[in-house]
Amino acid sequence: MLNIKDISKTFNPGTPDEVQAIKHVSLAVPDGAFVVVIGTNGSGKSTLQQLIAGACVPDSGRIELAGEDITRWGEHRRAALIGRVFQNPFSGTAPTLSIIENMALAARRGQRRGLGWLLSGAVRRRLRDRVAELGMGLEDRLDNAIGSLSGGQRQALTLLMAVLQRPSLLLLDEHTAALDPKASDQVIRLTRDIVAREKLTTVMVTHSMHQAAHLGDRLIMMVNGEIRQDLADERKRRVNVEDLLALFEQVRRADRLDASAAELLRSRYV
Amino acid sequence: MMLLIGSLTIGLILSLLALGVYISFKVFSFADITTEGSLTLGAAVAAVLIVRGVNPLAATMAGGLAGMAAGCITGLLHTRCGVHALLSGILVMTALYSVNLRVMGRSNIPLMSVKTLPQQAGELGDALFGAGGPVPLWGWTVEREALAGLAGALLVAVLVALLLYLFFKTNLGSAMRATGDNAQMMRAQGIHTGNMLVLGLAISNGLVALAGALLAQFQGFADVQMGIGMLVWGLASVIIGQALVGPSRFGLAIVGAVMGAVLFRLLVAIALRWGLNPNDLKLMTALFVLAALVLPTMLRSLRQRKAVRHA
Repeated sequence: MLNIKDISKTFNPGTPDEVQAIKHVSLAVPDGAFVVVIGTNGSGKSTLQQLIAGACVPDSGRIELAGEDITRWGEHRRAALIGRVFQNPFSGTAPTLSIIENMALAARRGQRRGLGWLLSGAVRRRLRDRVAELGMGLEDRLDNAIGSLSGGQRQALTLLMAVLQRPSLLLLDEHTAALDPKASDQVIRLTRDIVAREKLTTVMVTHSMHQAAHLGDRLIMMVNGEIRQDLADERKRRVNVEDLLALFEQVRRADRLDASAAELLRSRYV
Repeated sequence: MMLLIGSLTIGLILSLLALGVYISFKVFSFADITTEGSLTLGAAVAAVLIVRGVNPLAATMAGGLAGMAAGCITGLLHTRCGVHALLSGILVMTALYSVNLRVMGRSNIPLMSVKTLPQQAGELGDALFGAGGPVPLWGWTVEREALAGLAGALLVAVLVALLLYLFFKTNLGSAMRATGDNAQMMRAQGIHTGNMLVLGLAISNGLVALAGALLAQFQGFADVQMGIGMLVWGLASVIIGQALVGPSRFGLAIVGAVMGAVLFRLLVAIALRWGLNPNDLKLMTALFVLAALVLPTMLRSLRQRKAVRHA
């Protein structure tokens, strides 16, 4: 269970570049829930992701995961609980290491690393079977450098690496945004299968209205650092791409109204 | 022949320097100029201890440990205090200059009249094969002690390279390679990447100091200036090694670094023999490294321009 309690985050406080990225956001994600987060650019959805992952620390509020208060935990410590896939397919793997070495490193996510061998026969066999499950033929290329693979292949492996050790939370940060449509479909299918099979608690940020409409059991829309819409269960199931586009249009119109109102006030009073 | 054996021996000793630079520069892409201070530090600590009558092997190890400490400080300055990578190395190198003078008490310690590792190697050789005069080797006569020294240096280089290779195959060593490759990924895998860099620089500078400690014993003195230019020397060795083995995984790259160090030492010996002014040596080394860094990119862009013209 992920429990976010009233967190706020302001970047560059006290300077002209001050940005209130997250404003008093609370969000409870029960075990096994699959939450999809959408939002315009600068809505705070990426910051929310970073706050959960520990890449930055909130100014106020608490974050709890699997019964622990992880608000002050560093990124590397949270890794014991969180499996992550990044937007950039190059971010999730070490390019000069082989496929099997990358997998074996991920198999020990969050554990102490001592002077035992990274690869033993048993580890190799187990990981080979997992790679074979992807159905991409990569199990015959385990000793190739992972940097020689395509973005889609690397992203599929990163996803597999994130769940080799069952995470308390799977965090997906627009993980298909940099892929071509075919590879994107493949990775989304894989995501759906893995999350369903392992019953993982998942938070997925996406740009794609199609993914937002068809994936997950709860949809959150962020605007200006706040949660504007929270659709669950029946309402989430009924939502389609047109509804989401209409929601965004509504937000844009409201923003424009705000801007013109501000302009009006300025011309009147300043 | 004596020149060749001497060059090979020094080359093998400096392969430890090359391996150290390989870790900082190739694994972590961290141009760590602490190297210049820690090489001298290793030599200074070992020389002082040997003169005081400490067992040469223990003294050499102590030199290596001192280098590890220096590497730790550079790493901590960068990761904990947020000092720029290059500057943290420069700070520690500069500080080490004074530290080295303090350790040595003066700027030069001769080791001619005390028992050092190469002499012990000679004695061991005598004990194993019987004492005697110079030995014939392919038509030349060679001092026994020089041969024993060469064998000892070869043993040390092979042992260290093997240990490093095995280390890079462990969980910890693989995590270190991956951290240099992609720190973001390794944070997501639960690695404190800052601590990993500190450990890497400690090992790197430990090896460099070990090279310094051995170098002092083989050349017969420790000098406070002996570290100057050694980072570039190490880079040259690593670059030659890479040219020898090609862009390969770490196993061959380690072999390459050792081979590169030996080959570079031989090239330098030949150049000096042909009349290169020793004063110009560092200029030549720097130009060599510059060429090795710049030429591949320039050649590639030239080739591309040509390809465009042909298209």
